[in-house]
Amino acid sequence: MIRFIINGLLRDHHRSLFPIIIVAIGVWITVFMQAYLSGVLGDMTDSTARFSTGHVQIMSRAYADNKDQVPNDLALMGVERIMTEMEAEYPEMTWVKRINFGGLIDIPDEHGETRSQAPVAGFGIDLLSPNSTELHTMNVSKSVVRGHLPENPGEILISEMLAEKLEVNLGDQATLVTSTMFGSMTMHNFTVVGTIRFGIQAMDRGAIIADVTDVQQALDMQDAAGGILGFLPNRVYDNEEALAIVEKFNAGHTDENDEFSPVMGNLVELSNLGGYLTYAGQFSTYLVVIFVIIMSIVLWNAGLLGGLRRYGEVGVRLAIGEPKGHIYRSLIYESVFIGIVGSIFGTALGLGCAYWLQVVGLDISAFMKNSSMMIPSVFRAEITDQTYYIGFYPGLFATVLGTMLSGIGIYKRQTAQLFKELEV
Amino acid sequence: MNNSALITITDLVKRFPMGKREFTALSNINLTFNGGEFAGIIGPSGSGKTTLLNIIGSLDVPTEGKAVVLDNSVGNLNTRQSADLRNQYLGFIFQTYNLLAVYTVFENVELPLLLLKMAASERRKLVNQSLEWVGLTDKVNSRPAQLSGGECQRVSIARAMVKEPKIVLADEPTANLDAKNSHHILQTMEKLNADLGTTFIFATHDEKVIQYLKRKISLEDGQVVADEVKG
Repeated sequence: MIRFIINGLLRDHHRSLFPIIIVAIGVWITVFMQAYLSGVLGDMTDSTARFSTGHVQIMSRAYADNKDQVPNDLALMGVERIMTEMEAEYPEMTWVKRINFGGLIDIPDEHGETRSQAPVAGFGIDLLSPNSTELHTMNVSKSVVRGHLPENPGEILISEMLAEKLEVNLGDQATLVTSTMFGSMTMHNFTVVGTIRFGIQAMDRGAIIADVTDVQQALDMQDAAGGILGFLPNRVYDNEEALAIVEKFNAGHTDENDEFSPVMGNLVELSNLGGYLTYAGQFSTYLVVIFVIIMSIVLWNAGLLGGLRRYGEVGVRLAIGEPKGHIYRSLIYESVFIGIVGSIFGTALGLGCAYWLQVVGLDISAFMKNSSMMIPSVFRAEITDQTYYIGFYPGLFATVLGTMLSGIGIYKRQTAQLFKELEV
Repeated sequence: MNNSALITITDLVKRFPMGKREFTALSNINLTFNGGEFAGIIGPSGSGKTTLLNIIGSLDVPTEGKAVVLDNSVGNLNTRQSADLRNQYLGFIFQTYNLLAVYTVFENVELPLLLLKMAASERRKLVNQSLEWVGLTDKVNSRPAQLSGGECQRVSIARAMVKEPKIVLADEPTANLDAKNSHHILQTMEKLNADLGTTFIFATHDEKVIQYLKRKISLEDGQVVADEVKG
């Protein structure tokens, strides 16, 4: 009987090719969308972790409460001691101190007078230590457009866009005008040795990157930092693992009565990504469910049309004594075959497109010129384990469901009418 | 002819609902068919031929009375048992052949045997034998679209005969054939009836068929008005 079914499918393109094309298209879109969502989510989570929060971050309670304002006057103190402690307790993790700051950058002319000026967002990161991981974390090396990385104290990188705007050349002096941790005004001279482009509009419009020790000096933040960022092993975020670390740290360090006591938060909590990640996870499920429903309806209709075409065949099979259940099951076997073949083709197509988007990416920088969101301007798909099998849910389920619905007609067929029906 | 009764119909009545009323298609039918008969139910359109054939073929059930086919009371069978009865003991020949277009002649004839879960070698033997009976051994790999109407009906006969059923039911088997092909088909069935002892029951009003029948049961308005045995 299996050979009978397969022969019928192979020879009758109306009951194989057409449904397989529908299934393949649906699966293709599902697979591609899953990979695209994974990529976008992964990029956003990764960008947020690398540039903003780490996987976990230690701040003072007061700083954490006002972190959107980057309040360096509420910075975390005793940074070296805490870092030593964390490195000892979690040696497999990477711990770095960072200072984010705002200010004005002033570019003087040959007479020392202001030639151009602009507000900047500054990042103080470890650029000069021989074993610094920050160059990799912030992707600094690959982001250099002109010049080179800072090699000596007092050297900075500024964003290429800002450099063009301020007409800054490599080797030019730049004066940072800002306030110290204690609220007094300060000016600190740096030398621009390179320009960078991160591919994140919010940073590319006006970022400067300096060594964290220089920033500590400039802002009078000895042994202080905006925060200590911790990255889990292999740089893969695991919410449960991060939460366990957070709970343990806060239980031992946070004092509810001391607003300058350290407090740790995790990526999801600090970036407010929790709801977003939940939504995105649900969206993937909705996507599959929606495709199952749509494809089921389409395949149901295709099954009804096929049922009309095969009215005579089913009639003959009933007349010669094939039980209705047997015919119904044979149609389901056909649909399983179609579902598997369509899912394989659809998954292959989806993977192909996802791979292309993973490698090439989708550049949306043109739409983000004024964006202040910390998201990458090139979206890439990400092929995960789920990408390989997710298409089989709508592919198989919808095909079988569509066939089950359309096949119900077999049970409604009156054998008493067969002679009349088969004479048509 | 084998004198044991294969089919016994007693006081059979069949009514169909028509709106709020009922239409009596068959009334007070009493018939017996023995093994090896070559019989026809004849009559004009609407006389109840096909309805009677349906009940004999366990495709329908009587409203009143009894139809016992091969010791199975048709009215008491569930759908599965009816299907089993048709599958194992009955063959059907339709006016429009109803061959499956995507399958070859061999596969069309083989279909009833697939349901009997027969071994492939046994199926092959029976299909070839059946095609030999109808003279189509050279067409095993042809599709129905490549055959003439007469050939299609011969395939249909081969399909009905392949499992060597006790009874073959044929509803207007020559309605779509010209005279030459009709005679050829009828001669084939006549020969199978003689050689294998299979009971053939026709529903027809075609004179070409009627002249071959050994027993003619005339129906009018759902009642048997004549039951003549030739010779």
